[in-house]
Amino acid sequence: MEYEAVIGLEVHAELLTQSKVFCGCSASFGAPPNQHTCPVCLGMPGALPVLNRRAVEFAVRAGLAAGCRIAAESRWARKNYFYPDLPKGYQISQYELPLCLGGAIDIETVDGAKAVRLTRIHMEEDTGKNLHDAHGDASLVDFNRCGVPLMEIVSEPDMRSPQEAGAYLRKLRAILQYLEVCDGNMEEGSFRCDANVSVRPRGAAELGTKVEIKNMNSFRNVERAIEYEIKRQVDVLRDGGTLVQETRLWDPEREVTRSMRSKEFAHDYRYFPEPDLLPLLVDPDWVEQIRRTLPELPDARRARIVREHGLPAYDAEVLTMRKDLADYFEAAVRQHHNAKAVSNWVMGDVLRLVRERKLDDALVITRWPVAPEHLAAMLALVDEGVISGKIAKEVFEAMVESGKPPRQIVEERGLVQISDDGPILAAIEQVLAANAEKVAEYRGGKDKLFGFFVGQIMRATEGKANPQKLNDLLRARLAG
Amino acid sequence: MRALHQLSIEQAAGLLAAGEISAVELTRAVLDRIRTTEPLVHAFITLTEEDALAQARQADERRSRGFAGALLGIPIAIKDVILTKGVRTTAGSKILGNFVAPYDATVTRRLREAGAVCVGKLNCDEFAMGSSTENSAYAVTRNPWDLERVPGGSSGGSAAAVAAQQCLGALGTDTGGSIRQPASFCGVVGIKPTYGRVSRYGVVAYASSLDQVGPMARTVTGCALLLGAIAGHDPHDSTSVDRGVPDYAALGTASIRGLRVAIPREYFVEGMDPEVERAVRDGIDVLQSLGAQVTPVSLPHTAYAIPAYYVIATAEASSNLARYDGIKYGLRAAESEGLLAMYMRTRAAGFGTEVKRRIMLGTYALSAGYYDAYYLKAQQVRTLIRRDFADVFTAHDVIVTPTAPTPAFRVGEKTSDPLQMYLSDIFTISINLAGLPALSLPCGITSNGLPIGLQIVGRPFEEPRVLETAYAYEQASAWRQRWPDL
Repeated sequence: MEYEAVIGLEVHAELLTQSKVFCGCSASFGAPPNQHTCPVCLGMPGALPVLNRRAVEFAVRAGLAAGCRIAAESRWARKNYFYPDLPKGYQISQYELPLCLGGAIDIETVDGAKAVRLTRIHMEEDTGKNLHDAHGDASLVDFNRCGVPLMEIVSEPDMRSPQEAGAYLRKLRAILQYLEVCDGNMEEGSFRCDANVSVRPRGAAELGTKVEIKNMNSFRNVERAIEYEIKRQVDVLRDGGTLVQETRLWDPEREVTRSMRSKEFAHDYRYFPEPDLLPLLVDPDWVEQIRRTLPELPDARRARIVREHGLPAYDAEVLTMRKDLADYFEAAVRQHHNAKAVSNWVMGDVLRLVRERKLDDALVITRWPVAPEHLAAMLALVDEGVISGKIAKEVFEAMVESGKPPRQIVEERGLVQISDDGPILAAIEQVLAANAEKVAEYRGGKDKLFGFFVGQIMRATEGKANPQKLNDLLRARLAG
Repeated sequence: MRALHQLSIEQAAGLLAAGEISAVELTRAVLDRIRTTEPLVHAFITLTEEDALAQARQADERRSRGFAGALLGIPIAIKDVILTKGVRTTAGSKILGNFVAPYDATVTRRLREAGAVCVGKLNCDEFAMGSSTENSAYAVTRNPWDLERVPGGSSGGSAAAVAAQQCLGALGTDTGGSIRQPASFCGVVGIKPTYGRVSRYGVVAYASSLDQVGPMARTVTGCALLLGAIAGHDPHDSTSVDRGVPDYAALGTASIRGLRVAIPREYFVEGMDPEVERAVRDGIDVLQSLGAQVTPVSLPHTAYAIPAYYVIATAEASSNLARYDGIKYGLRAAESEGLLAMYMRTRAAGFGTEVKRRIMLGTYALSAGYYDAYYLKAQQVRTLIRRDFADVFTAHDVIVTPTAPTPAFRVGEKTSDPLQMYLSDIFTISINLAGLPALSLPCGITSNGLPIGLQIVGRPFEEPRVLETAYAYEQASAWRQRWPDL
């Protein structure tokens, strides 16, 4: 029997507000443990939450970008459970009446475009972090993250493959980054994903038994975990077994999912309306005001880049997946007319270096290996014939190392391309004279030797000979 | 002249303003009184004598620099569920036995700013859960009128301290009657303000949608002065309401001629103490003689108030008390094997019987499959009760009832029967569910010498009218001149 997978994702995205959602403490990452705390986020007796308006604005921004309906009145609820990183013994969240309802994220699939519907987006507070094994047998708790605003974005079970899940996540992250409401860093945990996976006979209307997978801290892990889980579930069914509704953890070392708890041991969170906060009232005028300030989003930008710069759709897709990358491309292309050349360099050498040097560790790449105007200036030197494409590689590396503008590098290193006939002809004569036998073979019909001569002449000119000129002159000389 | 500790707040304020006494003298007199009476009454969990004298000296110094204010240099005390920076705050529980508050509650800060002198932290039922102060982990506070009897609860320490003249005024909290019932039992004045009138920031939460801080004092004016100092919007409490604070103590010319007083028949029930009923009916007659129009009315959903309260309050409490887990502060059971064992042993050792009972009740009421039948139903009942009051208030200005069905009962009399204990709040609980302001003041004394309280309920934020009604009654009666012999 053929099976198909049904996948829904729950994403927790930390909002990039200055302060926490219910107190004035800094929401920034990386401070020494428990520096960003106060009676409110430590759950001291008598402390009460006060809502950060900016956090609501960010969530509304995300909701509008995803086409959600923004509820004029939503409600806070307490989710009750005991854990050391949860100082109040409950998490302030939203339950029955969330801030955003509906909406969708458009993704590209092998079968074309597809809209993954959203169930809801609700707001909540993040927890602290338990630190184990740091101090002998004692566990410690760091409450810096406790109270950082989160939104939980819940999709409908609309995805059918790990690739679709990956595309959804990448698109969602791109949108949140464009909105500047979340830095989307899966490794640091500011963008976290749980997956609900089930399988059913292809064509069946009913859903199979759902398994929730947790602990996937990269896009790659999400795809692999889902892939593994689909195979596991299909294997169980093919062997005549039955699946149990449960939560499983992804083990990235062994690349398997393991059972964490079954349905019988699922938490009863005893949700009830949070009495310390008033219902969240969102003024429709304010929502419209926020809508007017929404930036250009990835899909619109991709279409515009194709339209304005005549780039292939693939290039535009890669460039717009990250706002910072698209910004870089557009900064360079403003100073250089050949968009495809810019695109090739950005998608090639620039992105390679960003990845190799792990420069994409925040919302925006600020430490670009090469300034966009330097890249544009370098391409202009190629266009003008000052350097060859081959020399450009060397100039690029030199810009990366020194940060100097390309013209200065070219001058300092004497990399100016030789385009005058004289020096090129001299080099041709020198090489042909030293290889008289090969010249004879070439003239005897061994055409392949043309490349050998070019290489020798390039070496003689230290690579600076204008390749086109060299080709023309050499061909004429050998023919003569 | 009366001894200094016997003064009302307004009398002491007059003498302080006139320079006839100093805050230090007054505070010393109060501390002396505490020393002689506390072994009998046990109203305090923590005494802060040194701090109090320092604050009194500071008050005198501020006055010398021209600062004035009715509470400047007035010795008061604070219920131990209200945080006082640098001073142990236990909430009457073992689980917070070592907890020194790292910040001031907003009400504490406002009293400090007004120059009040805090002499200590007052005993109460653990986490304000109880009606007799017998649920404190520290001591059983005794009723100054009869040391064999309870002072009421949960703010029993506050009421007893004011009645025993150990302080001129006190702060209590009221979730289902915890200010008014002890005020009634101890023969003092106490007011629970409108929900949202006073900040809850820094007040150990019992039931967040019902809790409200309020003052207790010997006189209506004393209560009004304290209320004026603590009331008002607080940006740290989202449920506090942003509206102006009137001068509650401007009562001198108050008249209640033409005041429309409603008497709900459901508050005169079968089995209530006949002496209480007599005293309350006499009190109503006094109001009538002062020109009030008295009309019988009905609050038809009154009978459902106690069950609804014990679902809502315990549900909120089960969540509010989850933070006492041994991780961050307070008691932690030693040498537990693993996290779950640590939680269970800490909470088993730290909480008393009544607190555990309410946590279990509330946890059950919120559980999957029971939520609709209990919590949701109770919220619907709450709406009906609120509507009952709103209906009556369309045609009436205040509602007058007994505060409690009986005078103070004996220590130990109801500890083995929680339901009987819960019924002692039968006349106060509805008012918390409706979020209304209500005051209790003395309206009689039983044949065996126990005070009886009259409850006056107002519309939301109509504390001035409640206080004016109480003041008119107080001036027309002599109960405020009766004090326990200690």
